[in-house]
Amino acid sequence: MPAAPIRVGLFVTCLVDLFRPSVGFAAVKLLEDAGCTVEVPQAQTCCGQPAYNSGDKADTKAIARQVIEAFEGFDYVVVPSGSCGGMIRKHYPELFADEPAIFQRAQHLAMRTYELISFLADVLKVERVEARYEGVATYHDSCSGLRELGVKEQPRRLLASVDGLRLQELPGAEVCCGFGGTFCIKYPEISERMAADKAADIVASGADTLLAGDMGCLLNMAGKLTRLGKRVRVRHVAEVLAGSAEATAPIGAAPERG
Amino acid sequence: MQPTSHAFKDNAHQALGNANLQKALALMRSGFPARRAAAVARLPEFEALRDQGKAIKDHVLENLDFYLETFEKNVKAQGGHVHWCRTPQEARDTVLAICQRLGAKTVTKGKTMIAEEIALNDHLEQNGITPVETDLGEYIIQIRKEYPSHIIAPAIHLVKEQIAESFRETHRDLDPARRLEEAPTLVAEARAVLRQKFLAADVGITGANFCVAETGSTVIVTNEGNGDLTQTLTKAHIVLASLEKVVPTLEDLSTILRLLARSATGQEFSTYTTVSTGPRRPEDTDGPGEFHVVFLDNGRSAMLGTEFQDMLRCIRCGACMNHCPVYATVGGHAYGWVYPGPMGAVLTPTLVGVDEAGHLPNASTFCGRCESVCPMKIPLPGMMRHWREREFERQLSPAAYRYGLALWAFLAQRPPLYRFVTGLASRLLGWAGGPRGRFRSLPLAQGWTAGRDMPAPEGRSFMSLWAERQKHRSAA
Repeated sequence: MPAAPIRVGLFVTCLVDLFRPSVGFAAVKLLEDAGCTVEVPQAQTCCGQPAYNSGDKADTKAIARQVIEAFEGFDYVVVPSGSCGGMIRKHYPELFADEPAIFQRAQHLAMRTYELISFLADVLKVERVEARYEGVATYHDSCSGLRELGVKEQPRRLLASVDGLRLQELPGAEVCCGFGGTFCIKYPEISERMAADKAADIVASGADTLLAGDMGCLLNMAGKLTRLGKRVRVRHVAEVLAGSAEATAPIGAAPERG
Repeated sequence: MQPTSHAFKDNAHQALGNANLQKALALMRSGFPARRAAAVARLPEFEALRDQGKAIKDHVLENLDFYLETFEKNVKAQGGHVHWCRTPQEARDTVLAICQRLGAKTVTKGKTMIAEEIALNDHLEQNGITPVETDLGEYIIQIRKEYPSHIIAPAIHLVKEQIAESFRETHRDLDPARRLEEAPTLVAEARAVLRQKFLAADVGITGANFCVAETGSTVIVTNEGNGDLTQTLTKAHIVLASLEKVVPTLEDLSTILRLLARSATGQEFSTYTTVSTGPRRPEDTDGPGEFHVVFLDNGRSAMLGTEFQDMLRCIRCGACMNHCPVYATVGGHAYGWVYPGPMGAVLTPTLVGVDEAGHLPNASTFCGRCESVCPMKIPLPGMMRHWREREFERQLSPAAYRYGLALWAFLAQRPPLYRFVTGLASRLLGWAGGPRGRFRSLPLAQGWTAGRDMPAPEGRSFMSLWAERQKHRSAA
């Protein structure tokens, strides 16, 4: 009798839900190709970071409880974002440090929660994907994924297996792009300058494609690049790994008329 | 100095338009992080050292009274004096009283952030005593009547052309035709000018990177040797220190010294590490006539036992600001007080109040790079978040922001309503922005769209598309 497939709960993230559903479907495809069954609990909205980073602990906890309940019972919870993944994995247990009953559940969820690409590479041991993408891509390491979850080599390793794609390292790849969630709302002028510095590095890399694993950073960098009139194609790394890039215009680019 | 942290946004705006500052910051961005990374890579046990350093400081903070009393006892045993000051005013008065008793006209100063914290130079000048900064960076900003923009590189906001100009304005007795284009010529000129000041000084004031309890010694690290001349040639050496600078033993000192320079400048060790123990003894060939350690509390003891206690592990290496993308964009003066960057964002609200400094813990993207390089593993973003929690409780953020957040939080806790609203929003925004794929301007997001486009949503929310897909699958 074959082993039961791994049952994954997909935490879609609010930005993928609202801005770029194709990233969610790319994540589903990658997970299904790797032998998982994927479910999307209906009771999910957001991980609570906007409240958490604004100092609103009560609302953060209420939202966290909702997520904890919605994702009980899955073998794993997978998130196409290092930022939201880091929130669940690292900060949910911190939030409930003084409430033993819910802390246990938060801890249990945290242990089973992974950022998408590191889940594929580290847990499912996926070594290559069947995908094709024509271009020279550079990769921005989003801060939370990099520093909270250790996502660094995994996307590069999988991208190396994509036919037609050449990876060109980004100078200053580990420096924040200036998005910062609530930061870009509170300090837009500073945020914009940081995005401009990042855009200059991206252009200097000579790549025609920019990839990253977080929609927040991608919206920020894409928005700066299009404003500058740069023709760099910006995509979530999952779109390229799933081979579904052709189906959707790059982030911030006009859709092709067809 | 009067803090201007409340005007952080305006300060930052000025900084973004300051071409010299931006040039200086670009140099810093490319310099410090690479040098630190190289130094860390050469020391395989660096990570283990961080744990050891953290453990030493945590132990000290749990037993701070004991180590401070031990330190005091050993300073006295060497013939020195220890002064305990709760407030900046007490510290200023203590230093002034020593200087006045000795009839001091000129005091030389090594680098000390505590002197900045208590605005010592102004106080001395108001009382007819001339303070002379002997650290090159501090000297430059003193003659320019500025204050430090960085805790270890106080003049890092300047380019060398500005420094040459200030030297020409100040050193009027030197040949106006002299060349000052290169850094070495600037250093040589400052050295010659300062040499005279050292010889004329009555009292020398330095900071303390560490106070060693078992020996009653204070320790400074410098790259210029100015600290040594400051303290050995004078009638009295006054050390300004804050309470948390104490370490138990010389062994502990050497552990933390191995972290300090690597984290700060990427050096294995600073050029000079000077250990000062008491005043000149009869058999000594030189040394100060008196030795005073002035301890400043200024709110630090109140941090013990709170969520901000970890901040007292800070050894002032500057790595957090060297690696901070916000600091690298706006520079240190934007933060509006003595301590800039991530460590300042945590410390400044403690020292000058959150009403004045409320912006600082918010002006972070929480990218986490500061915590990742902090030799003392201080959870800087986490502590900035604690400040945000206190500000939220007191409703200190702008009303529009708070209402927006409350509305969002209301929706986020009602999934069906949330899905309805986001489904509608993605359709609406997708429809409006779809043909171009982006917005050049968007109501409620003017801050964003002033310098960036807002990419348009694809047009349907994931949740609605997923629901459709599930329906098709079950129908099939």
